[in-house]
Amino acid sequence: MAVLEIKDLHVSVENQEILHGVNLKIESGQIAGIMGRNGSGKSTLAKTIFGHPDYEVTKGDILFNGESILDKSTDERARMGLFLGFQSPIAIEGVTLSNFLRTALHLKYPDQKLENPIKFHRRLKQELKEVGLDENFISRGVNENASGGERKKAEIIQLKALKPVIAVLDEIDSGLDIDALKSVADAIIREKEENGTGFLLITHYNRLLTHTKPDVVYLMHQGKIVMKGDSELPQQLEEKGYEALVNQVTAS
Amino acid sequence: MTTNPELEFDYKAGWADPEKFTAATDYGLDEDVVRQISKLKNEPEWMLEFRLNSLKLFYEMPMPKWGDPLLRTIDFQKIRYYARYWDKPEKNWDDVPPEIKETYEKLGIPEAERKFLGGVGAQYDSETVYHKLREDLEAKGIIFLSTDEGLKEYPEYFDKYFGKVIPPNDNKFAALNSAVWSGGSFIVVPKGVKVDVPLQAYFRINAKNVGQFERTLIIAEEGSDVHYIEGCTAPTYSSDSLHAAVVELVALEGARIRYTTIQNWSNNVYNLVTKRAFAYKNALVEWVDGNIGSKLTMKYPSIYLMGEGAKGEVLSVAYASYGQHQDTGAKILHLAPNTQSRITAKSISRGDGKTTYRGLIKVAPNAKNVVSNVICDALLLDDDSKSDTIPYQEIQRDDATITHEATVGKIGKETMFYLMSRGLPENEALALICMGFFEPFAKELPMEYAVELNRLIELDMAEYGAIG
Repeated sequence: MAVLEIKDLHVSVENQEILHGVNLKIESGQIAGIMGRNGSGKSTLAKTIFGHPDYEVTKGDILFNGESILDKSTDERARMGLFLGFQSPIAIEGVTLSNFLRTALHLKYPDQKLENPIKFHRRLKQELKEVGLDENFISRGVNENASGGERKKAEIIQLKALKPVIAVLDEIDSGLDIDALKSVADAIIREKEENGTGFLLITHYNRLLTHTKPDVVYLMHQGKIVMKGDSELPQQLEEKGYEALVNQVTAS
Repeated sequence: MTTNPELEFDYKAGWADPEKFTAATDYGLDEDVVRQISKLKNEPEWMLEFRLNSLKLFYEMPMPKWGDPLLRTIDFQKIRYYARYWDKPEKNWDDVPPEIKETYEKLGIPEAERKFLGGVGAQYDSETVYHKLREDLEAKGIIFLSTDEGLKEYPEYFDKYFGKVIPPNDNKFAALNSAVWSGGSFIVVPKGVKVDVPLQAYFRINAKNVGQFERTLIIAEEGSDVHYIEGCTAPTYSSDSLHAAVVELVALEGARIRYTTIQNWSNNVYNLVTKRAFAYKNALVEWVDGNIGSKLTMKYPSIYLMGEGAKGEVLSVAYASYGQHQDTGAKILHLAPNTQSRITAKSISRGDGKTTYRGLIKVAPNAKNVVSNVICDALLLDDDSKSDTIPYQEIQRDDATITHEATVGKIGKETMFYLMSRGLPENEALALICMGFFEPFAKELPMEYAVELNRLIELDMAEYGAIG
């Protein structure tokens, strides 16, 4: 059982503080949602968890299974079992998805023998089909000439291959149509149930959270968690809007 | 971060064997040296005349005023122009002297021959020590010899083609090669014969301060098809070596020649090579040119599209790490109607390494309906690394379709973050990006060479660590 704990996290970019003391916890086998408007600090939180060089932690800590990971590099954090699904996944010219994943798997599990490439391809093709991506994604450059929605689906493919303990997905739902959103949500639930993956889902909209039924939902506003609720919170937000709910919380 | 790459770089082919010459000229160049070389080879009189004329041209021609200033620091008297270790090319690896054989074994040549090559030549300093063509290919009438043997056995081809594609007065280094040339490959593919496996020559410089001046002549007769691969390495010395080759290709009507180079000289080699092809009616010539090693490379493979419907393609990559300058490019001359060309040049510069693309597209007044596409992409890995693009065009017709695209990119922080978020350390992430960038080139190589190319990039990344 793994726990990722964010404790009183203060983060600055170019000496300007963006997160002002964030506290939250993600456990394996659980889904946590985090909602908030543009600019509330959600993506900053995600990038900081992964040690992006532009984001400086000025106070607080990030603990993985009780140990601080602040002095670990991005790749070390990944190899410990963390995964970040990107809001805008990057295209890598000439590097095939299959080569990329096999390189990553080899680095993550250096002592294990890599799966037979034919079996690996067969499994990958099946998974691509499940999320509605063309088979040729395997042999194309990672995200090369892919639409926003395709890139998001490809993030799920990567997640399934790398089998993280905790996954942070930054707006995995943006750019997806309703059917695609459903299949991504199903994949998340399956990973949680079959592999005990813990999720932090960052989103603007309630739909992803309605499908995935999170154990806990946080509301973020101006660099702080202002509210913690259950899977009812997204619905509340949908009805009242961010403005009213934030006003209600911050006034009280 | 390493600051003296010449000493620190873990170049895997950098060992040297003892200098046990059976014959060698003294250091330096003069008429006497040229006469000695010709005499050792027992050449016809006309070749001696050709050499002596070329030497005169070499003395007369000025050093190019363009290009890296390093070029003008070469001391031609500090080079040994001829060194041989063995008297004749052997047809059996077992007959090659053990030390030399061991070197080629370490480089994986006999193994590659067994696995996927149709013929192999191995040149060690000045002379070819091994040469073998598969028997079934020999039976089809294909000629694959060292150029010295070719001169003795097939003088008629030399009358017709030798020094005709690249005359000695073409440039100073072509003149030098013409004066002191030794070794290289001579290939003739008869009419209609298609060679379905590559032929390869492997060039190894061994002795210190030695120059290698091989001379290759490939003639593909009407409707024939051949793929030739050359590889090259040298020991790492703190003093410089010189490699000045001349490569002449003749693709007759409807023939195809693909010429692949994996240049991995050690970082003390000046690599100044003239390569040119004549492509006649409906012929296709492809230069697939990879430059990874050397201190300074200046090489612009060219194609003269001489006959209607001829096509020329140059696909080149250059990787300039610390202390290296890869000055490469291509030259295409459209001299006949309906000719087409494509140049794809990709370069990576790292540390204080520098890449230069120098290219020329020329369209003659009689060459109607020409199509030419040029793409140059440069990738810079650090703030210090440099890349220049110097394209020339001489278009003497209005109906030519010429496109030129050039990009210079740096590896973005977000790209690195993305790769590292998947567990790739910085140097692995960089290597992967570089390999992806070179992928259009790598996919044209036999698999073994593509793997080797990737290994060289990984080695360089591992050696210097990630960007600072």
